[in-house]
Amino acid sequence: MSTPAAVRVAYRDWLLYRQVWRSNAVGAFVQPLLYLLGVGLGIGTLVDDNAGSTVILEGTSYFAFYATALIATTPMFNTSGEALWSTMDGFTWGNAYRAMVATPLDPRDVAAGFVIRFGARAAIASTGVAVVLALFDDTRSLGLIPAVFVGVLCGLAFAMPIAAWTSSRAQADSFPAILRFGIIPMFLFGGAFYPITQLPDALEVVAWATPLFHAIELTRGAVLGGLSTDLAVVHLAVLTAYIAVGWIACVRTIRRRLWP
Amino acid sequence: MSSAAPLIQATGLKKRFGDFVAVDGIDFEVAPGESFGFLGPNGAGKTSTMRMIGCVSPVTAGSLRIFGLDPDEDGRTIRSRMGVVPQLDQLDNELTVLENLVIYARYFDISKAEARTRAGELLDFVQLTEKASSTVEPLSGGQKRRVSIARSLISEPELLILDEPTTGLDPQARHVLWDRLYQLKEQGRTLVLTTHYMDEAEQLCDRLVVMDAGKIVAEGAPRDLITTYSTREVLEMRFGRGRNAEFIADAESVSERVEVLPDRLLVYTDDGEAALVALHARDVVPDSALVRRSSLEDVFLRLTGRTLVD
Repeated sequence: MSTPAAVRVAYRDWLLYRQVWRSNAVGAFVQPLLYLLGVGLGIGTLVDDNAGSTVILEGTSYFAFYATALIATTPMFNTSGEALWSTMDGFTWGNAYRAMVATPLDPRDVAAGFVIRFGARAAIASTGVAVVLALFDDTRSLGLIPAVFVGVLCGLAFAMPIAAWTSSRAQADSFPAILRFGIIPMFLFGGAFYPITQLPDALEVVAWATPLFHAIELTRGAVLGGLSTDLAVVHLAVLTAYIAVGWIACVRTIRRRLWP
Repeated sequence: MSSAAPLIQATGLKKRFGDFVAVDGIDFEVAPGESFGFLGPNGAGKTSTMRMIGCVSPVTAGSLRIFGLDPDEDGRTIRSRMGVVPQLDQLDNELTVLENLVIYARYFDISKAEARTRAGELLDFVQLTEKASSTVEPLSGGQKRRVSIARSLISEPELLILDEPTTGLDPQARHVLWDRLYQLKEQGRTLVLTTHYMDEAEQLCDRLVVMDAGKIVAEGAPRDLITTYSTREVLEMRFGRGRNAEFIADAESVSERVEVLPDRLLVYTDDGEAALVALHARDVVPDSALVRRSSLEDVFLRLTGRTLVD
């Protein structure tokens, strides 16, 4: 009986995760709760029924508008960090990936293991948010289930291209900049806090090119409705494209790195 | 040499990184059950050669066959039959010794139950049974190396390749490791190792090649190499800083060959004591003198004009 190589790679990740699962799982639940109470409810009371917000948000409360975006943003933050430093460790400090490719495993198996690890991390993160959202009337919906799936895609759409970058780096010095100038701006301008129609036209185009915007549209649509099937297909296609390109890049950079 | 088909066969093997030629067309064969060494200084091309044998670095030119297979086409199969002890430990420090072994076994698709059984035996073999449930982090360098060796054996490989297995270890830890490796050799396993320690090569290798600047400069059994390229004994003399060169002519008159190192003169002769007595008779009296047997270090010096370890 043979186990798929990616699962055998991920077995190592599982043993490592098992050591931190309590804090990680609690964090997955507590962090979105804090965000929701702080931003969703706090700012929400200021926003709702002011400045025409109910029109701009198409009738949903600010709380629900913001909360549904967290199903996408939380796995984004989670897997991005995972695809940077934790992944670098396997190439430089701990060299676990070097050890893997000296066995029957090859660089493609290592990349496939990434998919499982990032996918699982994203699933934990978006499930944590969904569980919290199920506690509130505004966001309690069966749509949370497909939204979690979108959260996984969103996590992978970030993690796979970032892991490809990590695999090609000798040093981690560029990593903080990726968070500061890549991830956080997307969080701020990608439609989590307000509809991107509020942005200047040029920035709106930029938002359309980022994976986060598409993921948020999908999670929001899944939970609150109001998303056409056509657009949903477009959003899914963009996320899938990011994952596919990230996968191909990952296999190449890992091979170049580990099998020079 | 055994008449069986060679386990490893390299012909005109080359490795180039951009403009840099790491391995410059080498030929060698390793027979089943043989313990084979690559001896040379840092940068000689040993590790590049090992990485090609390990199927983790594509061959630039020439031919390489391992188990009669081509690494380009059958890398996965070759790697499944081989154990690798890398130059730097690649263990998961946060996990236990046992977990490290089981994870590695899983890479070979060995079941967890089977992996635990084998891990138990191997930890016994490397004398780390009591550390099975300790994390790797607090272990000493020598213990970590032994975990790496146990790990490389978990797939019951026919061929074990070790890249500088004892570099960075203290003498006692090295001897423990040599003892274990010697036992593997006795079990009939094929070992291929690199080292820049001549004593390691002499202890462990049936046959070795001396590498320098990507090329093989000599090949043979350690003793034969010493007989061929050196004298039976070496007289080492120190005259104090900067004064060694003054006595070259005297030393040459009582020996076959003399090498001048920054800190000492090496006088090659079959009888070191006699040479020293003869020099004393000529009023040549070094600050210190010692007679020792020739080693692979001397072979290397003779072949390349340089010392192995700077």
